[in-house]
Amino acid sequence: MSCANDFGGGTFVHQLDARVRLFCGVLLALAVALSARVLFACCWLGLGLAVGAAARLNARALLRRLRHLNAFMLFLWAVLPWSVEGKTWCALGPLTLTEEGVRLAMNITLKGNAIALLCTALVSTIAPQRLGWALKGLGLPDKLAYLVALTIRHTDVVHEEYGRLRRTMKARAFHPRFSMHTLRTIGYAVGELLVRGMERGERVVAAMKCRAFDGRFRTLDAPLIGWREAVCVAATVLCAGTLFVLERV
Amino acid sequence: MHVCEGVLGWPVLAAGGAVAAAGVAIGLRRMQVEDTPKTAMLAAVFFVASLVHVPFGPGSVHLILNGLAGIVLGWAAFPALAVALFLQAVLFQFGGLAVLGVNTVVMALPGVAAYYVFRALYGTGRGPMCVFVLAGVLAAGTVLCSGLLLTGALAWGGRAFLRVAGGIVTTHMPVLVADGLVTGAAAVFLLKVRPDVLPPSRRESRR
Repeated sequence: MSCANDFGGGTFVHQLDARVRLFCGVLLALAVALSARVLFACCWLGLGLAVGAAARLNARALLRRLRHLNAFMLFLWAVLPWSVEGKTWCALGPLTLTEEGVRLAMNITLKGNAIALLCTALVSTIAPQRLGWALKGLGLPDKLAYLVALTIRHTDVVHEEYGRLRRTMKARAFHPRFSMHTLRTIGYAVGELLVRGMERGERVVAAMKCRAFDGRFRTLDAPLIGWREAVCVAATVLCAGTLFVLERV
Repeated sequence: MHVCEGVLGWPVLAAGGAVAAAGVAIGLRRMQVEDTPKTAMLAAVFFVASLVHVPFGPGSVHLILNGLAGIVLGWAAFPALAVALFLQAVLFQFGGLAVLGVNTVVMALPGVAAYYVFRALYGTGRGPMCVFVLAGVLAAGTVLCSGLLLTGALAWGGRAFLRVAGGIVTTHMPVLVADGLVTGAAAVFLLKVRPDVLPPSRRESRR
């Protein structure tokens, strides 16, 4: 696994300021989550597809992302249509599918995919090294911004460490099976990862202190919000507001 | 264990967001600035450990380890797990940004509870077997509590979701057992190698 993302590119979406994209992504995700009608969920999905197309998302990587979400949706479709009480839509033997149940499952599926598309296009296209900076730019505490920036970096490090650990276990003829021995060994491996992570974290903070770390999250560049970002925020707020109001009148 | 986008209504999202924000704020306040890299490293360990698949029965389960995260990190488990979930949402679309608050509460709140129970009971027995049982039972209990919180969040949306939640909790029963046993072993390892990683018992910290 690498934290380099699959959704790089040079479209105008990628050139927008990371803070603005994160803000718009979260705002739109919340607006979609508040929607409760199938028609509006369709509108949101259409918007998600449009933004995804504008960002020229890699179709294969996108489908891989949506697979996990839609596996859960399949499970919902297996349960909800006959569990919600309401008007009978059609009867399959002893099971009666209700109109309300089908509508609910349809709504959730559309909404889930719409949010996933919007967030992938707007937020997942941010270069990982900019995420901490974007959070700080949106007014979140420095410690949290540091935590995000360092966790992204350390995830790769720890993953490599885990790979090394597994190889040393393999060299000692460890073969995972369904047994207490396997569970105990994996427990020891997790403990070892924690100990090494702890010690590495201590070395990292010592090195950071040598470089004048005082807890403040500093960046050298502070790009201004340009007209494109302003248009993007305005369009997002307008879009979310319009659909929100239209659904409730 | 997390809920996907689109399933929950706004009251649950708002409540989850508020509780998660409070938890993260408390966790950040209690975490010294010098501890940031260490906490980030541990968040990364839990991120990676959640990708580990363990053979279990005929199939395999993946670990959650939020009990271990709570025991080792205390209140800092809130920001650490929030960050790990944020990255999972951004990088893999596991969970999501709108449901980040709910997922953080589901994962971190039982972990923090496990931290306090561990501290209260840790002093009563120091043998490896005591620690194994204590950490194992707490980890299994943490996964169970997370399942119950998730059930509550889903059930808020209507009774039909109780069946969905029941399905999720049932499929997590093997995870509960595997998580308990792995956490127990990890705690024994920590006791032998770096006992200072485990939280001090209440009696010790009073001294």
